[in-house]
Amino acid sequence: MSRTARLLVLLATVLVLGGVAVGATLHAAGRAAQKDRSQAGGPAVAPGSVRLDDPRHTLFRNMAWGPHRDEITAVPAGRLSGPRTASGVRCLRFHEASGTGICLRAVHGKLRDTYRAVLLDRRLRELRHYDVAGTPTRARVSPGGHTVAWTVFVSGDSYAGTAFSTRTSLLDTRTWRLDANLETYALTVDGHPVHAVDINIWGVTFADDNRFYATAATGGKTYLVRGDRAARTLTALHTNVECPSLSPDGTRIAYKKRVNVADPDAPWRLYVLDLHTLHETATGEHRNVDDQAVWRDDRTLVYSLPGDFGSDLWTVPADGTGTPRRLVTAALAPAFPR
Amino acid sequence: MYLADRGSAASTSAAPGDRRAVPGRRPGRRAGSALPSTVLVLGTVSLITDISSEMVTAVLPLYLVAELGLSPLGFGVLDGVYNGVSALVRLVGGRLSDRGGGSGHKAVAVVGYALSALCKPLLLMVHSLPLIGAVLAVDRTGKGLRTAPRDAMISLAAEPGARGRAFGVHRAMDTAGALCGPLVAFVLLRAAADGYDAVFTVSFCVAVVGVVVLLLFVPRRATTATEGIVAAGPAVVAEDAAGVKPAAAVEDTGGRAPAGPRTPVRALLGRAEVRRLTGCAVLLGLTTLSDSFLYLTLQRRLDLPGAWFPLLPLGTAAVFLLLAVPLGAVADRIGRRRLFLAGHLALLCAYGLLLVPSAGGAAVVCGVLALHGSFYAATDGVLAAATADAVPEDVRGSGLAVVQTGQTAARFVCSIAFGTVWTAWGDDTAVLAAAVGLALAAAVSARLLRRVGTPPPLASPSEQAS
Repeated sequence: MSRTARLLVLLATVLVLGGVAVGATLHAAGRAAQKDRSQAGGPAVAPGSVRLDDPRHTLFRNMAWGPHRDEITAVPAGRLSGPRTASGVRCLRFHEASGTGICLRAVHGKLRDTYRAVLLDRRLRELRHYDVAGTPTRARVSPGGHTVAWTVFVSGDSYAGTAFSTRTSLLDTRTWRLDANLETYALTVDGHPVHAVDINIWGVTFADDNRFYATAATGGKTYLVRGDRAARTLTALHTNVECPSLSPDGTRIAYKKRVNVADPDAPWRLYVLDLHTLHETATGEHRNVDDQAVWRDDRTLVYSLPGDFGSDLWTVPADGTGTPRRLVTAALAPAFPR
Repeated sequence: MYLADRGSAASTSAAPGDRRAVPGRRPGRRAGSALPSTVLVLGTVSLITDISSEMVTAVLPLYLVAELGLSPLGFGVLDGVYNGVSALVRLVGGRLSDRGGGSGHKAVAVVGYALSALCKPLLLMVHSLPLIGAVLAVDRTGKGLRTAPRDAMISLAAEPGARGRAFGVHRAMDTAGALCGPLVAFVLLRAAADGYDAVFTVSFCVAVVGVVVLLLFVPRRATTATEGIVAAGPAVVAEDAAGVKPAAAVEDTGGRAPAGPRTPVRALLGRAEVRRLTGCAVLLGLTTLSDSFLYLTLQRRLDLPGAWFPLLPLGTAAVFLLLAVPLGAVADRIGRRRLFLAGHLALLCAYGLLLVPSAGGAAVVCGVLALHGSFYAATDGVLAAATADAVPEDVRGSGLAVVQTGQTAARFVCSIAFGTVWTAWGDDTAVLAAAVGLALAAAVSARLLRRVGTPPPLASPSEQAS
């Protein structure tokens, strides 16, 4: 092939592929616009006043297409598929307790997006915000509403490949004291202090304003750790526990357990651990659950699975009986005000 | 960027039909002052491919967490496995590509690039962590396959005296692509909110352009710059003691390289020169901290704000981009092995800066990143160039793969050791141990590499000891 012919072939390729690229971008932009319109048959969403301390409503991030996509919305606690009231506050991750809300959101910059943890009062007004170093993934508020935790994924840019690490922060909403990195707490495993560099901590769940549970990973193993904010300590209690979630009565932990399955990339199953006996119970959910479950009450777990609009919420009994049931479509990060 | 001076010198790197089409080429004049088009084309392919792959890397965590609701931490666990697979695949790629006297380089590289390109539309179709993990594994396989044959083609296309600069140009273009990728991705996401499918589609289109450029403009069989000796094919000549010859002399043998295409890794390592180079790469690799460890140490010791963390790799990459070409040219003047060692001295200085107690924050960060970037610029492409000097050309792909895999494996061992020392005695001790180890390794390497003639000997051997 002559040089001219090759240049022509290249030109043709670039034109065709450029057309495909432009087409895909326009299509996506069009769909983004379409996502701003509600889809037929979807849940009714209307803007309105949302409060964090109203036990008659359940809150979550609305994933349904429409002008209120990604906003924190409220639905009647007894009818989660009912009409949604959108708050106008957009969050990637969200949780609330006792009228304190934590919202992890993207801030669109000129060159790249950054992320921010925003503290909300009971009327979803911003109290304070903190810039965070990576992609938001977990957020929790202590039952009393005075301590807040969030976890982000940190990935170095081009040279870190697919290696991710986590960074978890704790904030006292009375003193605004921030523990930016839980890895500075003293970690004890089997009675021995651990100072490994590869420690990652994520998925905090609170017992009260001071005591909490979380996942700590080091040396290729994951541990359930009990944390003490005042003493700045983490103590390992059990292995192979990720994303713990403490039941309202404080006796059990729902978590994702890494199990040996045919597909090593999808190893997580939803289990419940009794904190007194350390007895583990498999739930009736046999699919891969990659979420920090939420207790709707002392008997029922709620968690997300990928769905048509990114994520749906599912529910299953905590005692190992029953089968999973889809609770609500196009929703993520639920909170059940009590 | 290097088009400006390509008219000034000889190259037979392009296919014969190419030669008349490139204006201003005067064969035989001032060897070593120009870059053959093959190097620029391969650099362009890498630039395009890196734009494509870094677009995806940049948005993947956000896509997983915000769009699919998954947690990408599972990938962290698999990352080591992927990297191990990639290193092994690289050996296979190098070996396969050397078949038929090197005519397989292009074929294997095309397969590698195409495999990674195909992964982009696949990402659109899979929506769960397991399948996404599988797609990324295939992507890594493609990367592992193409690396050795690509470097072999660069080394075969460039004149021996200009190899350092050739690899420098390639690495600079590669890094430029890596820096552009995330920007392109974020521009797309700005144009189309949640347009991850657009990002993956555009990434695919860009990757295909890379493959097409490779297919169209890289000659199937890269001839050496030494005036077409190779054109006759891999003439088999009895094995001689080429290992003790100066690298330049090995180069002069051109196609009459002693090792046959079926030479296994062991025979390759039987050559003293290859053995010494591999030994030094491994030895120095054993004391080379991984990027993540370096950034982590930097961040912790200086207590940097978390928001700075994602910027640290950009600093290293920017310095790498700026210095890769000039340092490659320096390597051609003072000797690749010497610059390779000098690069490790820059790394040693970076360790030293990390050890300075309570030094000023921003200045130390800039200093460490500048030294880290210089280290890459002085070693990454330069090692490939030095390897090319030592490895006969019909096993060039295998040779490059052996040295680079050895280095990668050694760095992996370093990560484990560094983490262990940090855990047992703290980060001060760990960095100090790495610094002492690196100083020793550099001293041993300086001795080992001095025994081999350093092409072109502009400086006397005695200067090298300093």
